[in-house]
This record gives sequence, structure tokens and C-alpha cells, in this order.
Amino acid sequence: MDAILDFIQLHIEMVYIVILSIFLGIEVISRVPAVLHTPLMSGANAIHGVVIIGAIIVMGKAESDNYLALVLGFLAVILGTLNVVGGFVVTDRMLEMFSKKKK
Amino acid sequence: MQASLLSIAYLIGSVTFIIGLKMLSHPASARKGNLVAAGGMFLAIAGTIFLYEEGGEKLHNYGWIFSGLLIGTVVGVIAARKVKMTAMPEMVSMFNGMGGACAMLISIVEFNHLAHTPVSLSISNGNLNAALTDLINMVSGGVDVHVGGKLLIILLGLIIGTVSFAGSVIAWGKLNGKVKDFAFKGQHIVNLTMLGIIVILAGYLVAVINNSYVMEEGSYHVLPQISISFYIILALSIAYGVLFVMPIGGADMPVVISLLNSFTGVAAACGGFLYNNPVMLTGGILVGSAGTILTILMCKAMNRSLKNVLIGSFGGPKTGGAAKEQTGSYKEISISDAAVVLRYANKVMIVPGYGLAVAQAQHVCHELEKLLEEKGVQVSYAIHPVAGRMPGHMNVLLAEADVPYEKLEEMEQANGEMNTTDAVLVLGANDVVNPAAKNDPDSPIYGMPILEVENAKMVIVNKRSMKPGYAGIENDLFFQPKTSMLFGDAKAVLQQLVAEVKIV
Repeated sequence: MDAILDFIQLHIEMVYIVILSIFLGIEVISRVPAVLHTPLMSGANAIHGVVIIGAIIVMGKAESDNYLALVLGFLAVILGTLNVVGGFVVTDRMLEMFSKKKK
Repeated sequence: MQASLLSIAYLIGSVTFIIGLKMLSHPASARKGNLVAAGGMFLAIAGTIFLYEEGGEKLHNYGWIFSGLLIGTVVGVIAARKVKMTAMPEMVSMFNGMGGACAMLISIVEFNHLAHTPVSLSISNGNLNAALTDLINMVSGGVDVHVGGKLLIILLGLIIGTVSFAGSVIAWGKLNGKVKDFAFKGQHIVNLTMLGIIVILAGYLVAVINNSYVMEEGSYHVLPQISISFYIILALSIAYGVLFVMPIGGADMPVVISLLNSFTGVAAACGGFLYNNPVMLTGGILVGSAGTILTILMCKAMNRSLKNVLIGSFGGPKTGGAAKEQTGSYKEISISDAAVVLRYANKVMIVPGYGLAVAQAQHVCHELEKLLEEKGVQVSYAIHPVAGRMPGHMNVLLAEADVPYEKLEEMEQANGEMNTTDAVLVLGANDVVNPAAKNDPDSPIYGMPILEVENAKMVIVNKRSMKPGYAGIENDLFFQPKTSMLFGDAKAVLQQLVAEVKIV
């Protein structure tokens, strides 16, 4: 319990960011038409690929004799990149179809 | 200087995510929104690689980082470009799983950092004071050195990321038919017990971690049982992710993917806490909350509650209504008769479903529609919100075939016009036109809004066979006197129809 309270105290600014972001996330997409559900999900999917930054940090900090960190970090970078790049490209492909019909 | 540049890169990244999401929720700006978010992401990643430093030390292992990025980019672009429009939902699920796995791996590595703290190293890092305080606290035993809080975040990232990874892989398998529905008696109790064990074990680890270090060869190590418990949590999380998605029927998979999507967002946000990284935090939490709302919106579009989706085991083997055998007679119609019906109708409504998508028949469908219009028939498409495998799936497919936007009617609008429609052509759709959703309270899809095609004068259903649809439920519609069946692959049938309509 103490650990948790202490942690909140230490990261109080981040806790604020979290709470405000929650409201922002709800607000931002609350009026989306059903047609856009799939592309929006796919776009959000690409955005959480931001976890790649953690993977890069893990990889970049790994000592050269720490094989566990090197191998897992390397895998994490690949998977994270797949998430980001694949996610944005798939979303773009879906939305490409929408813009075509506008013409 | 570099640190503040990085902060600005992260700030821009966070803002682009917000703007990107906002733009993604409007049809006109959606594509740009996606690019805006992608640009912000690129900036944040590039900034991290070149500007990030910790304790005055920059990142190394650039070779590894760049080859990882390169492999991921090449595979990701190829996979995303090559995937068929019909397989899009699976692909999204797979990419989501990759993100979850990424969070899982980060947590494993960070746990191992936490579990083995080389004493000499922390001091040589230059942060002498901090290292000393940590040491004194550790040796004196029990005094909090924030290690508990850090472990809590690592465990949260591990559990959520792993559940999302395992669940997404199962969802992917289910959507492409590799994994079958699987449920056993008392599965919910097993799942809840598993979740309980995970939470208790994680809580226990956070509580005892401070007192669990032993000094060995100049480094601090955690007791072996701590490490073992950590990996037990990992194993249980995988099992939980699998069993959580297993019993949920295919028709509810979009909702599940959306939910897992928001899970991965939260797992990414845990990384934000771990590295004090604002862009990971905002990006992750935004997706977490937006994803949750999106999940609820999707449930609403199907008139189902989230609880129902997760506990109801939609279309699973347990549901009594699904097992009911339908014994009735249906009548078939020949291609030429169907062509005559369509040609001489005043108003035709086309109801596309997954069958159309699988057969890649959207282009020839558009051809039929143009042909009928030329002959003076009014043609429109009725799009059920969850037709296909995901909300919006049909709109994307038909847009690909250049079907004009005005021809696509949403469910309420289409239902209002059913009375005046002469013929409805159902192309590979099933559950979304099943009257059981209105009439049969025992049916697992009871309550889902449907396209009321039985109100039209005549219904022609194209299907490959009499097999039940994705939810595994028989469809009364096929046995109604108004309904005629036109068996065959949607593309082949449509091609023949086009040829016939031309000559009648």
C-alpha cells in the first residue's frame, strides 16, 4: 500500500496526464459514424504502437553481454515496428477507399 | 539542449496523436488524420533514437535497433499492402497482438534489470547520490526505494500486454477460421479464478519485493521464488488471454479486437510510467480510453452490451437457441428467373455480407447495379452496421469497387424503404437478416437490430449452401414463402446474373 501511495506521489504529474488523457480520448471520438469504426480502431491500433519507444530504450540500454535483454529487446523492436508501420499502412489503405468515392 | 529537443519532439508527438484521432473520426479528414499521427510517431521514434539519454549516457546498440526497425518496417509494409480487403480485420488483430507482445517483452527485460542490480554499475553511472541512497535503503531492509512501485508498473504492463497478445492471436485465428470456438462448463469460473491468482500473486510480489534482495558477488539479486512467481504470472496471463477470447463467437470478434486494442494502449502507457516518457503515456492512455469508448459504440451498433459479449459466449456451443434444428422446405430459383425478377422490379435493394467479400464479388456486384440502373431499375445497397466481419467493412469494400456513396443506405434508412422495395438481393449475408433477432427470445442474437428484408415483396438469397452463418444460427428467412434461394459462389452467380439481365 505504502509503495503505491509513494509511487503516486512521485508521479503525480503523470497521474494528472493519465486522467486528463482519459477524458480527452472519450471526448475526441464520441461522435464517430459507424462507417469509420474499423479505420478508427485500426488507427488507434497504430498509435499504441508508440510502445516501440520503450523497446528502443530497452535495446539501447542493453549491455553487450546481457543476451536476454539484447534478444528480447531486438524482438520487441521488430514487433513494435510491425505494429506501428503495419497499423498506419493498413489504416491508410482502408481510408484510401473512402477518399476515392468522394471524387 | 538535446534533452529539451527531445521533450519538444514528444510534445509534438502527443499533440499529433490527439489531432490524428480527432481527424480520424470524421470521414472527410480521416486519411489526413492517419498521416498526421504517423508523422508524429516518426518524430517521436527518431527523437528517441538520436536524442534520448539517461544519466548522461546515450543509447547504444544502434546496429540492433536499426536492423530491428528495418525488418519490422519491411515485413509490416508488405503484410499491410498484400493483405486482401476481406482479411483486414485479422490483420488489425495481428498488429495489435504484436504491440501487446512488445509491451510484454519490455516488462520481462525490465524485470530482469530490477531483479539483478549490479552495485558497482549504478555508482559508475555517475548518479552517485541516488545509488548510495538506494544501497543504504536496501541494506537497511524494508525501507521503500520505489522498487515496489516500479515493479507494480512492470507487472501491469506484463499482464495487460500478455493478455492482449494472446487474445489477439486467438482472435486472429478465429477470424480466418484456424481456431474454432471452444468452451467448457464452468469456464467463466476458471477464468475468474485465474485472474484472481494473477492479481494476488502480483500484489504479493509488489508487497515483498523490498525485502527480497540478497547480495551476491557485488550485485543484488531477488530471491529465486520472486523470479519464479513473475514467470508464473506470465504463463497465467497467456492462458487467461487464450481462454478469455476462446468462447466468444466469431460475430463478436470486432468488439473483442477493439477491447484488446484498448488493453494494448494501457500496456503502452505502463511503459510511459516506467521510462517517465510522456508520449508513450499520452498515446497509450488516449488509445486506452478512445478504444474503450469505441468498443462500447460498436456494442451499441449491434444492440448488445459489453457484458453480454464477454459473458454471453455469443454463438458458442453452449447457447441453447443455436442448437434448434430448423426443418422446413425452401425453394430455389434459377439464374434466369432471378434475372427477370431483378430486371422488371422498380426498386431493388442489395444486402451485401461476408459472402460477397470472400468471393471478391464487389466489382461484379457494382456492374450488376449499373446494368439494372441503365434499364431503369432503382438500385441501392442496405448496409448493416456489422455486415462483414467489422463495422464499416462493407463500406470499404464497396467503395473499393467505386460504388457511389449515395447508394449505400444505413440500416434505419433501408428498413424504412423495405415496404416499397420489390426485390431484395441478399449476397452472402445471413445473421444480419435473420428474423430470429426480432421474434425468438431464445436466439443468441435476439435483440440485435436487423435489416427487415422480409418486409419487401420478394427476397432472393444468394448463399453457397444451406449451412448456418457465422454465428452458427439457423435462419428462418430462408424458409419463408417470399424467399427464394440462389445457391452458388457470389461472384459466379453475379456474373451469370449480369449476362442474363443483359438479354432479358
